[in-house]
Amino acid sequence: MPNPALRATGLVKRFGALTAVDGLDLELGAGTCLALLGPNGAGKTTTIEMLEGLTEPDAGEIEILGRSWATHADEIRERIGVQLQETRLTEKVSVLETLELFRSFYRNGRDLAEVLEVVGLTDKRDARVETLSGGQHQRLSLACALVSRPELLFLDEPTTGLDPQARRRVWEIVDGFKGEGGTVLLTTHYMEEAEKLADDVVIVDAGKIIAQGTPASVIGSLHAESIVEIHPRDGTADHLVDATLLAMPGVSEVRREGAALTIVVTDTQASVGALLAHFAQVGVELESLQTHSPTLEDVFVALTGKHLRG
Amino acid sequence: MASPLPRWPELVELTRHRILTFLRQPESVFWVFAFPLLLSGVLGFAFQGGDPAPSRIGVIGEAQGWAARLAMDPSIALVRYATREEAERELAGGHIDALVLAVAPAELRLDPSRAEAEVARLRVLVALGEIDQGQLTVAPVTERGARYVDFLFPGLLGMNLMGTGLWSIGFTVADMRQRKVLKRLLVTPMRRSSFLSSLIGARLAYLAGELALLTAFGVWVLGVPLRTSLFTFFAVSVFGAVAFSCLGLLVVSRTKTIEGISGLVNLVIVPMWLGSGVFFSYERFPEAIHPLLRALPLTALNDALRAGMIDGAGLGSMLPELAVLAAWMVIPFVLALKVFRWA
Repeated sequence: MPNPALRATGLVKRFGALTAVDGLDLELGAGTCLALLGPNGAGKTTTIEMLEGLTEPDAGEIEILGRSWATHADEIRERIGVQLQETRLTEKVSVLETLELFRSFYRNGRDLAEVLEVVGLTDKRDARVETLSGGQHQRLSLACALVSRPELLFLDEPTTGLDPQARRRVWEIVDGFKGEGGTVLLTTHYMEEAEKLADDVVIVDAGKIIAQGTPASVIGSLHAESIVEIHPRDGTADHLVDATLLAMPGVSEVRREGAALTIVVTDTQASVGALLAHFAQVGVELESLQTHSPTLEDVFVALTGKHLRG
Repeated sequence: MASPLPRWPELVELTRHRILTFLRQPESVFWVFAFPLLLSGVLGFAFQGGDPAPSRIGVIGEAQGWAARLAMDPSIALVRYATREEAERELAGGHIDALVLAVAPAELRLDPSRAEAEVARLRVLVALGEIDQGQLTVAPVTERGARYVDFLFPGLLGMNLMGTGLWSIGFTVADMRQRKVLKRLLVTPMRRSSFLSSLIGARLAYLAGELALLTAFGVWVLGVPLRTSLFTFFAVSVFGAVAFSCLGLLVVSRTKTIEGISGLVNLVIVPMWLGSGVFFSYERFPEAIHPLLRALPLTALNDALRAGMIDGAGLGSMLPELAVLAAWMVIPFVLALKVFRWA
C-alpha cells in the first residue's frame, strides 16, 4: 500500500497475566473502511485504543496518517475523529452546546449546522442531551467525532445496543463519511455491520488475527456454498456418525452443538439430498433443517468453534 | 385480603440483604463505626476530661495584687497582656475566656454567649476572694468584633470555601470519569492544563456569588465586622478557594466513583472542621501540635479571614497564612497533573 492511513505492526498489550493483544498487524488504505470483527474480550477495544493513542502498547509500532504518537500526538489528534464505546455525554447541556465544546478543541472547525444536518439532529439542536434516545445520543457522539472534518475516523462498536432502525441511520452516516473520501476503522461484533460497511475485515480472537481480507474473500475461504443447520428430534440422532456424514457428496465439515448439527457443504443440492436419504434410512427425525449462504459468523465459528455473540 | 403484617422468611432475607450490603461497603462501615470513635477521640483531646481544664484568663495591670492572686489559682491559666488592644483581640478571637482589667475602674470582660465565660467569671471571683462587689464590674462584651459570632463567622466562611471547592470539583471530575467523558476529551487536541484550569475557573465564578451572599448575611444580619479592605478580603478568599480547588483536583485525581470521592473528601474535610478553628480556637489543642494545625489550609484561611474581618489586617501582615495557602495550591496541582487518571 503506497500511503496507508494507518499502519500498525506487532502490537502487544498485556494486563497482568492476560495478553489482550498478541502481535497484531494492521494496515488501512486511505479512503477505505476496515472492520475489526470479534467477540467480546477479543482485544478489539484495546487495539483501537492503542491506535487512538489512549493506551500505550507494550510492543509494536503505530503510524497514523504517516505520523507517530511519540512525536506528533497533537497533529494526529487534529486529524482524527474518535467515537469511544460507552461515552455518556454530559446530560445538562444541549446538543449544540456539546458540539460547540468539541469544536473548540480543533484549529479547523466545521460549520455546526452542517454537522447537525449530516447526523440528522438539526431539529434536536437545542434539546438537552438527557432527553435524547439511545440512537440520537449515538449520532451526537458521531457528530462530536466529525466536528473537525477528520481524515480518519475510529468507531468502537458504534451500534452496540441500538435497535435495527437506529443502527441503519448510523450506517448511513458512516457511509456518507466514506463517500466523501474518509477512512474508517471500526470494531464490531455484528457481522452484518462489518459486511455492510467494511471494504476489509480483520477477524480477531484472543488478541490474534485469525482471518483477514475482503468480506467476500474471507467468506470464500470457507469453500462453502451453504451452511446446513439441522435440529433432529430428541433422541433420534444418537447413532449418527460424523465420519459417515463427512463421506457424503459435497459435505466438507460437520460440527455438533448439543444435538444440533451444522454442516458445511460445497454442493447444496447433492448434499441435502444425500443427508435426507441417510436420515430416513437410520431413523433420524427432523425438528428443522435450514440452509443459508455462509457469513462471517460461519467463518468465525469454523475457525474458533465459538460464536461471535454469546 | 392480604395481611398487612410482615412475614418471617422474607423479613429475615430482606434484613440480611440490607446488613450484607452495608458490611460489604468498607466506607459505610467506616462512617458508622470508626468515624464517630475518631471524632470523639479528637474532641476529647481538645476538651480534655479528668480535672476540669483551667479557664484561660487574661489580665492587664497590677492593681491590688490581683494578677498575683489569679496566678496562684490552679483552675486559672493566666495570660498577661501589655496593651488593651491585644487583650481585647485575644478575647474576641476566643483565645482567652475572660479578661480582667486590673486598673481603675476594674472590669471583668467576657462574652456571655460563650459557655466558658460563666465558669471563668465564677473562678475569677473565687480567686480574688473577699473583694468589694463594687470594685469589679462584670462587663459583657457586646461590641462588634468581640462576640462569639464574630469569631465563628469567618470560620464558617472558610469551612464553606473548603467544602464547595472540594465537593464541586470532586463530584464533577468523578462524574466525568465515570461517564468516560474525560477519556473522550483525551483523544481530542484539548490541552490537559486547559481542562484542569477550567475547573478552577468555574469554581472562581461561583465564588463571587457565594462570597457576596454569605458576607452580606454575616455583615448585615449578624453584624460581623468587615474591617479590612474589600480587596484584601476578596484576595484572601480567592487564595483559599484556589487552594481547595487544587486540593480537590488531587483528591479526585485517581478516584473512579462518586462513593469513593465522598469518602476521600470527608476524610480531608472533617479533621479540618475540628482542628482548624472553625467552631473553637485550635489553641485548645496541646501547644506541641499548633505548628501542624497552622500548616493546614483551613487554619491558614480562617486565621487570615479573622485577621482581616475582625482586626482589619492588610495582606502584608497575612504573608505566613498566604504562603501556607500558596503551598496548598502549587503542591497539590503539580501532584494532580502528575498522577491524574484520565482514562
